[in-house]
Amino acid sequence: MTHPNRRIAGTATAVAAALLGSITLLALFAGPASACAGLVTPSGNVKLVRTSTLAAWHAGVEHYVTSFTFSGQGEQFGAIVPLPAIPTTVERGGDWTLQRLARETNFQPASGAASAGGAVAGDSATVISQQKIDALEVTVLKGGGRAVGRWAKAHGFQLTPDTPEVLDFYAARSQIFMAARFDAAAAKERGQQAGEGTPVHITMPLANPWVPLRVLTTGRQGSDLISADVWLLTDKLPSLLPVPHDGVRLERVVQASPELLTDLRNDKGMGWMPKSMWLTHLDINEQAANLRYDLAVDATGAARPSAVLAGLEAPPPPVRPAPTTTPPPPTTVAPATTTEVPTTAAPPATIATARLTTSNRAPEGLTALAGALLGAIVATAVPGVRRRRRGRVVAAR
Amino acid sequence: MTALLDRLGARAGAVAAVVGVGLCTGGLGGRPQPPPVVTVAIHHSRFVPDRLVLPAGRLVRIVVRNEDPIDHELVLGDLAVQARHEHGTDRVHHESGAVSVPADSTAATTWTLPRGQPAFFGCHLPGHWAYGMQGLVVPA
Repeated sequence: MTHPNRRIAGTATAVAAALLGSITLLALFAGPASACAGLVTPSGNVKLVRTSTLAAWHAGVEHYVTSFTFSGQGEQFGAIVPLPAIPTTVERGGDWTLQRLARETNFQPASGAASAGGAVAGDSATVISQQKIDALEVTVLKGGGRAVGRWAKAHGFQLTPDTPEVLDFYAARSQIFMAARFDAAAAKERGQQAGEGTPVHITMPLANPWVPLRVLTTGRQGSDLISADVWLLTDKLPSLLPVPHDGVRLERVVQASPELLTDLRNDKGMGWMPKSMWLTHLDINEQAANLRYDLAVDATGAARPSAVLAGLEAPPPPVRPAPTTTPPPPTTVAPATTTEVPTTAAPPATIATARLTTSNRAPEGLTALAGALLGAIVATAVPGVRRRRRGRVVAAR
Repeated sequence: MTALLDRLGARAGAVAAVVGVGLCTGGLGGRPQPPPVVTVAIHHSRFVPDRLVLPAGRLVRIVVRNEDPIDHELVLGDLAVQARHEHGTDRVHHESGAVSVPADSTAATTWTLPRGQPAFFGCHLPGHWAYGMQGLVVPA
């Protein structure tokens, strides 16, 4: 059997030889994913199938397009999606962007989804924006893991037991979340069919693209296979963390064809696209127990994707402010005391910036590292009524 | 479930909360003393600690602090009790040996570990036991 490291090296070599002179796809690489979390309704009849996501990045702005598609017959479903920044816009995505990308890479995407429910009051998280996109009710939230969890619970999301850890995992990096609730009844009124997705286009100013993956495991069993397609469109050849392995395959890294770019540019909200971009396609097929990381990308050409954003290293501790107490005025002249207060943010996490061709990180090691270092986070939500089997009720007479 | 519980019993070096037998005895002058108290936290859908050492045959008060933003419960008892709750229909518990603990709250129950048999504690909200919300109770 080929050792995973050798396989990675082999893949890297092939890619490098075939496509680039010196690809610097960085270390770990992970997959795709829609920002959605997989969820289930109280009756368990809604399943996350396969998600597809585009993370396009140009001139410091990420355009994140994912589709919320549900299979099943629940009344309401929802998802909580971690975001790396406050979106400048959240709008309905174009009708064919994801489909066109799938055709370009010879794959027909199915869907992705989650579930959510009722609505009550009692938030601790801050609601940044709320809007309706087709049958989706989208709320952008700011808050820590517990605050967002409380908000979700108060608004009818039935959170699975792994949700608190996942929420904390993401909140340690960014306290922005998007809760999306799909109203099946409203979809029916609109004539939407089961399996028909609603694309959502999120625009965020970001230093680099980022795609949440671990959130896809929410509510899933450890042995469940998480399947997803992730496409990246970037100005420069991207560096990725973590590195491709069996569960995360790098299917394609090419200069996007003019035909593809033209087709995408003509879709709703995609007019920003430049004339030249790199297209990367990642195929995720990873067991939920092993998918404990996200996809960090360096699209600037610096080849330094963040291990922190990939979930492989814990974020640096927050900088503590200097003591606020004012010392009494000195009565005598004393030598000045210097208090070391960081004047700049902590340096970025140091990562092994191995080229794809020389990576020596084993996927297992990465996974273990991620599991060991990270706390946890994002959630998937589901509708509100507590799911409990009901037995026969015998009335006393 | 049996396999999971076997693994629980096999855990070595697990953090344990211990309630000494001496603490349970009556006070001076024959005045009854309140039962000893042991506290269990719930964080990220895990019990901390997941192993309790309690005096058999003595009433103990168990305080459960839920630090999660989701509801949990704590049910004490043998395998039969755990199985009954796993397939049960009760939405809320407030009886001896079983207590519901809403999100971000603290609740308590009292319970006596029977002599001569192992016991367990767990949360039986949907999916929680399978996720790992289970613990072992051993006699002091």
